Amino acid sequence: MTSAGPVIPNFGEGSDCVTENRLFCTDWARDNWGGVLQPALVQHVELTAIAVGVGALIALGVALLTHRYPLLERPFGAFSAIVYTIPSLALFQLLVPVTGLTVTTVEVALVGYTLLILYRNALEGLRAAPPDVLEAARGMGLTPRQTLLRIQLPLALPAVIAGLRVAVVSTIALATVAALVIPQGLGYPIFLALREYFKTEIIAAGGLAVALALAADGLLVVVQRALVPWARTRRTA
Amino acid sequence: MNVAALGVFADALRFVVDERSLILDKTAEHLELSGAAMAVALLAALPLGVFLGHLHRGSFLAVNVANIGRALPSLAVIAAGISVLGIGFANVVLALVILAVPPILTNAYVAVDGVEADVVEAARGMGMTRLQILRRVELPLALPLLFAGIRTATVFVVATATIAAVAGGGGLGDIIVNQSVYGLDGVVGAAVCVSVLALGADALLGLLQRSLTPDAVRAEAGVLEPDVVTGVTRL
Repeated sequence: MTSAGPVIPNFGEGSDCVTENRLFCTDWARDNWGGVLQPALVQHVELTAIAVGVGALIALGVALLTHRYPLLERPFGAFSAIVYTIPSLALFQLLVPVTGLTVTTVEVALVGYTLLILYRNALEGLRAAPPDVLEAARGMGLTPRQTLLRIQLPLALPAVIAGLRVAVVSTIALATVAALVIPQGLGYPIFLALREYFKTEIIAAGGLAVALALAADGLLVVVQRALVPWARTRRTA
Repeated sequence: MNVAALGVFADALRFVVDERSLILDKTAEHLELSGAAMAVALLAALPLGVFLGHLHRGSFLAVNVANIGRALPSLAVIAAGISVLGIGFANVVLALVILAVPPILTNAYVAVDGVEADVVEAARGMGMTRLQILRRVELPLALPLLFAGIRTATVFVVATATIAAVAGGGGLGDIIVNQSVYGLDGVVGAAVCVSVLALGADALLGLLQRSLTPDAVRAEAGVLEPDVVTGVTRL
């Protein structure tokens, strides 16, 4: 900060709207869609997909394990609850000494946040099978593995998908903070724009993140309706 | 975890001890920001959620506020708030309020709305007025879920107040985003402080919840209920 005169923001070449930093300049958004916004959006989708995918695998595995060995439930529940309480910005920073300024750092943190939501829902889902149904399955001569694959997992689907919806939407929101560690995702243009309080870029990238979250949520609702037709009829009753 | 990483955490703790006056100053700022935001959010969202739940009206609002609240990226909200309204304590607080309202509002609504109709009916049969029903029947029964929302919002606000520093808002985030000034020790130390603050606030609210819950309600199993917005049960 050595300049003597008033600080004149430099928003680059552009229309009056951009140089005056008005609330939202559609021309800037149009001109920078291919160069800034679209790549960030694609990266954001990738960050989220990896985090939720890995989180879902771990959560389902642990849920199956705790369903079998209930003693494990409390330790894992407490662990995931504590991870969930660590502030995102802090967790990203806490991981930097361990995994560096890498995508791994971001993914580990994001996976950590999805675990709690996905795990609780998966466990709740596994417990959704009524004892009578399990009894009937045994009576029909199903092996435990068959019972799991044909009875318990399908009955767990509504809870699992409900967990996925929450996890996907909150991961999309959280992934913006990842830009503190790596120059990726929709958070990155926001961080850059914050240097000069360039409103258009902040609103465009933030709006895209919200739109992405709502779209992903809507998509999962459609998937849920296709996979779990019985839940729909029950809910309307 | 490797040895170097453990060394970083040891150095971070040393930073917190050596720079305790700085840490205390920043913690005070942090609490001021979070406290102000929570106070405003509670005043705005709690009565509205309880009132709508009592009337069993506005489920559409409650559900959509929850959905949008989940989808709002805190970084974008704070960045937008600050670039549109300008830097300032009130503007950062306003951005935090926007993030705190959804869990409080939705959980308060779902909590009061979900009190069993038979119980309310019985209370009415005993000749209780609407206000008495609300105060002595609905609120005590709604308490677990109500608190789940408040606790989620609190952890969220304390954690997110960190991001305010990116936009010059102050608090412990000031240290976290200024690695060039405070070094990695400072960053990690401040991050630990934020976590402790969030966990501590959550634990305090848990104690408050416990002391407010009538014995009869506590005796029933479901005292810990998951927050509606995140699905998270706070221990």
